[in-house]
Amino acid sequence: MKYTEDHEWIKLAKDGDGDIATVGISTHAAGQLGDVVYVELPEVDAEFEKGDDAAVVESVKAASEVYAPISGTITAVNEALEDAPETVNAAPEEGGWFFKMKVSDASQLDGMMDADAYKKFIAE
Amino acid sequence: MGEPEIKRTKLYDNHVALGAKMVPFAGYAMPVQYPMGVMKEHLHCRANAGLFDVSHMGQGFIIPDDGKFETAATAFEKIVAADIRGLEPGQQKYSQFLNEDGGILDDLMVSRLGMPGHDHWLYIVVNAACKDADFTRLAGQLPDGVTLKVSDELSLIALQGPKAADVIAKYLPDAATMPFMSSIDAQIDGIWCHISRSGYTGEDGYEISVKHDDAEKLWDLLMSHDAVETIGLGARDSLRLEGGLCLYGHDIDETTSPVEAGLLWSIPKHRRENGGYIGAARVEKDMAERPKRRRVGIQPVGRAPAREGTIIQNMDGQEIGVITSGGFGPSAEGPVAMGYVKRKYARVGTKINLVIRGKAKPAKIIKLPFVPNNFYRGSLKAN
Repeated sequence: MKYTEDHEWIKLAKDGDGDIATVGISTHAAGQLGDVVYVELPEVDAEFEKGDDAAVVESVKAASEVYAPISGTITAVNEALEDAPETVNAAPEEGGWFFKMKVSDASQLDGMMDADAYKKFIAE
Repeated sequence: MGEPEIKRTKLYDNHVALGAKMVPFAGYAMPVQYPMGVMKEHLHCRANAGLFDVSHMGQGFIIPDDGKFETAATAFEKIVAADIRGLEPGQQKYSQFLNEDGGILDDLMVSRLGMPGHDHWLYIVVNAACKDADFTRLAGQLPDGVTLKVSDELSLIALQGPKAADVIAKYLPDAATMPFMSSIDAQIDGIWCHISRSGYTGEDGYEISVKHDDAEKLWDLLMSHDAVETIGLGARDSLRLEGGLCLYGHDIDETTSPVEAGLLWSIPKHRRENGGYIGAARVEKDMAERPKRRRVGIQPVGRAPAREGTIIQNMDGQEIGVITSGGFGPSAEGPVAMGYVKRKYARVGTKINLVIRGKAKPAKIIKLPFVPNNFYRGSLKAN
């Protein structure tokens, strides 16, 4: 699992000759947001460049963007969040995943933080 | 001049000790939420009792030098549109300060003190963000012989929710049957308090003004009850929004008039007809010609919250208004909003669209509040 400075997590899995990345928001981010009440997910087959707005997560008070942590094409979205957005708080780094993307360039993950580095990053 | 120093209420250390997330609000460091979180705090307040530190709000007294209530009331009626002269000792009203054009400068609570020897005094509570401007302006508006005394020695604590009366009545049985919008000066466990039965959640409850030195003692006392949890500004906002109550600077401001804002109920008939307060011409004009826009409740269809600033369109895609407060209503179990629309679209049930992140999402005009107000109306029963 890798983490971005925008508090997304990204997990790679082999899929034939390519990589599929699962993306969500970190436990830390979910805690900071508070009670999640709404999630807006991207369309399947939508293409994003690294850093594009890909999804929206809203708490009682505010809306936040979820960025595409890498470039790629959406292959699946977690539709269960539409009816149960509270899953983002309950299991942010498991059942609360947002979307899966077909990775265009796996080297984009190279500079990202691992769990220990992310832990240090949020403690700063 | 450097950065203005952020102020703290007398309960700041208590909030921090409780694990509150503190944020700057109107120049004060205030608790936006406690560890329980906005959702649970909100639901707790609707079901039990919630304790709020609202000491950032402005409190002041209007005092006639001649000791006659009529003198203070007549002076204040030249400024606000409420029925001040008709106030009985201990009675409270909601009103607004207007500018000459009838725009709303702030909203406020005004009461005539009930305490013997002080029942010629008026007591006002104004919004934190407006208080300095309000008090400066008011001091200049009051005539000779009527003095504004701005309190710098009072904290303000609110206890709101269906169990608030049970809690207060343990110390002060009379508090249980106080009418809504009335106040008394009495002791709670030996602490002198000015207690009004009012609030900003749509629930029954009290706002309690207490000397700074006693604030912590009263806070701890009220917190010691199982029914009571502390509630931050986050839930305070969702509670008042579901309750259909205006937030100054958002739902009302200098560009909105009382009639547009749906606050004409706070201006009694004789004052609508006779005027004599600042901004009266606008109120009379709006009543005669009907306002161009109205504040309305808005129920988005679906789950996406519509936040402040969201553009409202008619079904043909034309812009007809804007959301002024919007979010998620924990008790309404869905998105809730209010805003202004052109008058012809203000009818309850009208279908509209909200432009959220560039997409038109369906919504409809509803009658406020989203959650029925639960104010204490006495134990009167029809026989």
